[in-house]
Amino acid sequence: MAENDILKEITEQEYKYGFVSLIEQEYAPKGLNEDIIRFIWEKKQEPPFMLEWRLKAYRYWKTMKEPRWAKVHYPPIDYQDIHYYAAPKSFKEKPKSLDEVDPEILRTFEKLGIPLRERERLAGVAVDAVLDSVSVATTFKEKLEELGIIFCSISEAIRNHPDLVQKYLGSVVPYTDNFFAALNSAVFSDGSFVYVPKGVRCPMELSTYFRINASETGQFERTLIIADEGSYVSYLEGCTAPIRDENQLHAAVVELIALKDAEIKYSTVQNWYPGDKEGKGGIYNFVTKRGICLGENSKISWTQVETGSAITWKYPSCILKGDNSVGEFYSIAVTNNYQQADTGTKMIHLGKNTKSRIVSKGIAAGHSNNSYRGLVQISRKAEGARNFSQCDSLLLGDKCGAHTFPYIEVNNNNSIVEHEATTSKISDEILFYCNQRGISKEDAIGLIVNGFSREVLNQLPMEFAVEAQKLLAVSLEGSVG
Amino acid sequence: MEILRIENLKVGIDGKEIIKGLNLTINAGEVHAIMGPNGTGKSTLANVLAGKPGYEVLEGKILFLGKDLLELEPEERARQGLFLAFQYPVEIPGVTNANFMKTAVNEVRKYRNLEPLDAFDFLQMMKERASLVGLDVSYLNRNVNEGFSGGEKKRNEIFQLAMLEPTLAILDETDSGLDIDALKIVANGVNSLRSSDRSFLVITHYQRLLNYLTPDFVHVMYDGKIVLSGGSELAHELESKGYDWLKNGNNGKK
Repeated sequence: MAENDILKEITEQEYKYGFVSLIEQEYAPKGLNEDIIRFIWEKKQEPPFMLEWRLKAYRYWKTMKEPRWAKVHYPPIDYQDIHYYAAPKSFKEKPKSLDEVDPEILRTFEKLGIPLRERERLAGVAVDAVLDSVSVATTFKEKLEELGIIFCSISEAIRNHPDLVQKYLGSVVPYTDNFFAALNSAVFSDGSFVYVPKGVRCPMELSTYFRINASETGQFERTLIIADEGSYVSYLEGCTAPIRDENQLHAAVVELIALKDAEIKYSTVQNWYPGDKEGKGGIYNFVTKRGICLGENSKISWTQVETGSAITWKYPSCILKGDNSVGEFYSIAVTNNYQQADTGTKMIHLGKNTKSRIVSKGIAAGHSNNSYRGLVQISRKAEGARNFSQCDSLLLGDKCGAHTFPYIEVNNNNSIVEHEATTSKISDEILFYCNQRGISKEDAIGLIVNGFSREVLNQLPMEFAVEAQKLLAVSLEGSVG
Repeated sequence: MEILRIENLKVGIDGKEIIKGLNLTINAGEVHAIMGPNGTGKSTLANVLAGKPGYEVLEGKILFLGKDLLELEPEERARQGLFLAFQYPVEIPGVTNANFMKTAVNEVRKYRNLEPLDAFDFLQMMKERASLVGLDVSYLNRNVNEGFSGGEKKRNEIFQLAMLEPTLAILDETDSGLDIDALKIVANGVNSLRSSDRSFLVITHYQRLLNYLTPDFVHVMYDGKIVLSGGSELAHELESKGYDWLKNGNNGKK
């Protein structure tokens, strides 16, 4: 193939996961009211405490206003024009085994590279696959159960482990927390649940793959992970959606709880449909993710690679309550064309000698806007706390923007907070320099972006690091002329 | 063997003609120097040869190894053996010299149907070539040109030249901004890379680089054309008489 054809082929490559599966869907009627919430609750066959909690959240949400402080712009969302529940018709009852699952659904996940049949599965990774509002299948469940690890959809957890759910659901992100968290609490349909018992080191990566398929539907994912004393778990989520002209809402809540000496590593590769070159369509990714290091010496580490979504609004945070606990946030956010990202973290230091580390890499191309927003808060009692923050921005071209909004509050005088920031630009001069050494534009951008992102990519589980690296390159294709 | 042939080249930027009918032939193993006052189109010539966007070729042709150079993308020219040592080398964020060179060398090798070098051979090669221009091995793990002094940047250009083993190396004012010691290091590096299958086109404003780097031919460029060509002695003549001498209607001789 001639060089020019290859360049043309890759610069014109479209979003790879934009297909729609022809699955017969059952929808809740459009709109939001108490009947819809009862409808979801009934569909999910949840115990009564959940209905009460959902309705309280809904009533609270009605009193709230959508937040507008983020550096993102979008037309008002009509919350009455969304389906809050969509599930394949074949799912009246959750299938007992994969043989009962509609082959079209299995094909959907196969096309996405997520084989659900165990003989084809990724070695060493257990997967919970969520399509629109329901969990399709969870692999390796039995093997994990032998160790006492619970890995299932949150709907199953609510039915089968109501005590654990009632104790922890909403304990880190209460429904009063913010507008989207309240909405999610009222209508969430599925997500994953993980419980790792005392002293158990989870032997494989746990992962959830979220897929939006139905149109005019919001996805309200809810994930809850509890690591009991001295346990360890590494969890990864991936997400894609079809190409559509409409904007679809994804408002998730993720809560992590690490007890004494426990460690949770949470990685995200977010590749929701970003919208087209003119900024039409794409997912609104409005997400609340928060973990609490409840016990001493516990650790929570967030790693995120954000390449998709028309708008990203998320701040995976850590509340460092236990003494000597550690919070980490490693992030790469890529925006191209007309994408907007306002993302960062909050590190709330409450315990003594707590430590946090923030490494944020923002890459902006096209007409996009990429903001880092972060809070480091050290309370009076958090003696000897330490924070280190590094925020780097990389610009491709001169029509995009990178912004940094660091907030620092220190309320004692024996803590150390450090903040470093840089901004670099991939200019035409740099690209020509690389060309002159025999390196094509695409390879040059890949080289620079991967070098820039290396520190964060290194944090990802190995199976996903390579994928993420490719994803970065694909997301920026066609961003230079 | 003929490496480069430029015939009646006319080049403009933003509608303004900069090169106004230039002819030049370079054979294998020859070192040509182009001298001339500022603003006569010397760097434009270097950039057009390397394929930098923004220049408009109005007339004429350029053959490189018998092929139409202007048809090739900049990276293809590089892979076919054309190298430009930049007057102002850029900094590349996030990319180490070692990684940059590995990518570049393997691109060139791929074009020549050679296997990529393994990590060990590559490291050996880098150490050896870095020492040619007195660059410490620790430079290889730093980002390309980031925090380098002017002299280090120029030495890095010659190091890259040594790594990529081009057929034609163009040095665009490599001597500018160098003190005498750095100049000697750069010149010695270039001298050690001279061979019967490698040609050089050295662009310079001053004669002093040519004290250490004896060219086979010296051309004087003025107002977009080569107005005078000769042997290395021409450089000395220019140095003593100054460029004003050209303005008094001296016609080309060879």
